[in-house]
Amino acid sequence: MKLFKKITASNLFYNFLRDPMAIGSATVLLFLLVASFGAPLFTSHNPYDQTTIDIMDAELPPIWTGAADADSRFLLGTDPQGRDMLSTMLYGMRVSVLIGAGAVVLQSLIGIIIGLIAGYKGGRLEALLMRLADVQLSFSTYMVAIFISAVFQGIFGMGVYSDYALGLLILVIGFAEWPQYARTVRASVMAEKNKEYVEAARVIGLPQRRIMFRHILPNTMTPVLVISTVQMANAIMSEAALSFIGLGMPPSQPSLGSLIKSGFDYIASGSWWISLFPGIALVVLILSINLLGDWLRDYLNPKLYKD
Amino acid sequence: MFAFIIRRTLQAVFVMLVISVIGFAIKQSVGDPVREITGISVSVAERDALRDKLGLNDSFPVQWLRFVKGALHGDLGNSFKYKKPAVQVILSKAPATLELVITTSLLVVLLSIPIGIYAAIHSKSWWARLAMGGSIIGVSIPVFLTAILLIYVFAVWLQWLPSFGRGELVEIFPGWKSGFFTWNGLAHLLLPTVSLTSIMLPLFIRLIRAEMTETLQTEYVKYARARGLRESRILYVHAFKNTLLPVITVGGVQLGTLIAFTILTETVFQWGGMGSMFIKAVEDADTSLMVAYLVFVGLIFVVVNTVVDVIYGYVNPMIRTGGGK
Amino acid sequence: MQKQEPLLSVRELSVAFKMRGGVLTAVDGVSFDLDRSQRLGLVGESGAGKSVTGFAILNLVSRPGYIAGGHVFFEGRDLATFSEEEMRNIRGNRISMIFQDPMMTLNPVLTIGQQMVETLKAHRHISKHEAEKIALNKLQKVAIPSPEKRLTQYPHEFSGGMRQRIVIAIALLTSPSLIIADEPTTALDVTIQADIMELLLNLCEEEKMALLLITHDLAVVSQVAERIAVMYAGRIAELGSTEAIVNAPQHPYTQGLLKALPQKVERRKRLNQIPGSMPSLQERPPGCAFYDRCELRGEICHRESPRLVEKNAGLVACHMVKDTTGKEEK
Repeated sequence: MKLFKKITASNLFYNFLRDPMAIGSATVLLFLLVASFGAPLFTSHNPYDQTTIDIMDAELPPIWTGAADADSRFLLGTDPQGRDMLSTMLYGMRVSVLIGAGAVVLQSLIGIIIGLIAGYKGGRLEALLMRLADVQLSFSTYMVAIFISAVFQGIFGMGVYSDYALGLLILVIGFAEWPQYARTVRASVMAEKNKEYVEAARVIGLPQRRIMFRHILPNTMTPVLVISTVQMANAIMSEAALSFIGLGMPPSQPSLGSLIKSGFDYIASGSWWISLFPGIALVVLILSINLLGDWLRDYLNPKLYKD
Repeated sequence: MFAFIIRRTLQAVFVMLVISVIGFAIKQSVGDPVREITGISVSVAERDALRDKLGLNDSFPVQWLRFVKGALHGDLGNSFKYKKPAVQVILSKAPATLELVITTSLLVVLLSIPIGIYAAIHSKSWWARLAMGGSIIGVSIPVFLTAILLIYVFAVWLQWLPSFGRGELVEIFPGWKSGFFTWNGLAHLLLPTVSLTSIMLPLFIRLIRAEMTETLQTEYVKYARARGLRESRILYVHAFKNTLLPVITVGGVQLGTLIAFTILTETVFQWGGMGSMFIKAVEDADTSLMVAYLVFVGLIFVVVNTVVDVIYGYVNPMIRTGGGK
Repeated sequence: MQKQEPLLSVRELSVAFKMRGGVLTAVDGVSFDLDRSQRLGLVGESGAGKSVTGFAILNLVSRPGYIAGGHVFFEGRDLATFSEEEMRNIRGNRISMIFQDPMMTLNPVLTIGQQMVETLKAHRHISKHEAEKIALNKLQKVAIPSPEKRLTQYPHEFSGGMRQRIVIAIALLTSPSLIIADEPTTALDVTIQADIMELLLNLCEEEKMALLLITHDLAVVSQVAERIAVMYAGRIAELGSTEAIVNAPQHPYTQGLLKALPQKVERRKRLNQIPGSMPSLQERPPGCAFYDRCELRGEICHRESPRLVEKNAGLVACHMVKDTTGKEEK
């Protein structure tokens, strides 16, 4: 209750309420999250349950198209395996969000620790770590993610890779994107570490680790929060891209990206709905996160690391 | 400035060495070079003999050195799918990808700078709002989705434009077959280029607008106003020159993103470039070709980023005159 | 003989900022005059509105601020009636400005020469060569060694003090009749502050330029300016000759400021300070803005805001100050 009051009284919340774009995107995002994580409650079909799927139902169009083979059981039609589009999509969105969130947690852990150490210790270690981050970034996070997953698939083989795809994708995307966090945190640490409160902590003889984590780290959280929204959108996008080129979630456990891919194979035959609906869901999901991120950045306006 | 170029070049060489270690490690852990040569119908004893002969039982550093030596001579192993040297395969595919990259970069540079500057100067105007709203939607649509949508609308539905391949090509010089010189080739180029531009352009518009907005709030722009300079000079000399610096750096980094996106775009449009070749190599577990792609793309990035660094150093007086920091 | 028309005449100038909770009036009906080749110090603590006043004279208040009212007459003409192009021709030409932090004011990617030449070319039809000649001359005036070489250098190749000299040289380029200097020494090392101030003073005298010196430092201003205006919470609290302000301050705020200056070394004695802090300009009380911190306050001060009126040797905005000279006249 106290926390709730603290939130509602804050400037952030005040600003949020005055920005229709922020409210709108937060509402949409919340709706998508509830729909996807509550999918087992809302949906008529379980796409993971092989026994309920009939291949004879494959590629049925959405019911409002009025096509002869439209089936009233499947509002948005079915995918090439005969699964209900709507249910599969919601389950798929859950997979996408899970991988995105997992990857962001992983990359922020790696990035924050490396950024904190590099910024605080300085010297050769910093030069090495930051050069590494720069080089990895210049390859672009997508490229790194594609490569690592290609290598993983090569090492483990297609079958094993599919079985552990969810965890592996978190690992891949998490590792591909840590430099963003490392650079942001390092820049903030550089700005903070010469401030007087750090000096004071050093003078009274607090151990380095305590100064780093308890004194400096909390003051670098604003930019971290801001880039986290963008990173979340990026991670979901990366996952979709990997799944689309066949390096992501297998068709048996589809994410939004793999659903779009399976639809793409049928696009020439006119089955537009298999790609379109997951595509719309993906764009709306990413867009709402990006809009929230933009609002947060405009409001908090941290000095993000550049150059 | 000279010392700066030398330092950057050394760094580039170092990065290439690191890439070669990674590439070699991938080759070691994923591929089986014996299979590449013999196929699977050879006895175990014969294979062991071959392993010894190929030096595959040597230590990692020794084998790596041999790999680097080979790479310097343009030998990155043979693609077992194409039965040709991997470098040759890549070089035959590179023009397709480069043409895509060049047209997209040109479009992005030509469009993003005026739009970004306009949006920063007239931030409250409807055009600026439209540009910014469009660009946030743009960055939120994955490139392959745009590509699919374009194919569906222009190839499947309207049937105006071709949806796959490069069309009619003209060999402009040995090894470079170009689609720039036939109407058919350009028609094939259109949809892939629009797809790539649809994601890269918004990124740059947002970047340029953000940098320009920040520069316009600096003290030296205020001071330029107080000196009574003309608005055009303030905007295009004082503000834009300072906006350019971070944009150049990010531009170099974004080339990586652009090439990564060519993998997706080429896959959708069955464009015969390096990107779709790479995905096929992954599917076929053609390790030599994968590693060759890594090294080749790595080389492009390192060269481009080094050139960008040098350009940056030339534009930024802090580096050019060796002072600052 | 009729009194000569002042060079700069600020009348009831108000500047407001659009803020979240409403409108904040940073400058509230400020009026003062400045004669040719005269030096006026505008003193006050941060947030008192002195810098904003300086920028408002050149119509350079940046968003979300705007000029809410009043007039600025310069050389007899109302600047409010000027077009943007006419205004541009005043800025950096007839009125030059010196900014606070020389590390931030010069553009890092243009050479000193480029920035000097462009300033001249914005106001005169002259060749680059002629402009460079003028620039060299002005750099010599501010004692920059080997100016030819310096013209081709970038700001980062100069120290803070040198940069401020260059900014002063830029201000001199067009031989303006007024220089507005906004805390010109605050960002500099203490050791060179006096040098820069002296340079500025000498140049103003030499070139017969008027100076509006904006600062929080009463000690500095009393050495340079002939007249001082003390600002508090967006208004002028007291305005008078430097002697009158320093020797016989009338407004309790001015008195407080003077008492806060170190007069002589006295060990173990704390400097006097004015208790409390300036009120938020967003919720200006109906009465005197200094009421909460004032030692002399009376009942009327709470109800009614004092107007700036002539009392004794200067202008004061305080109900409690008695005008002894006026009584004798009556």
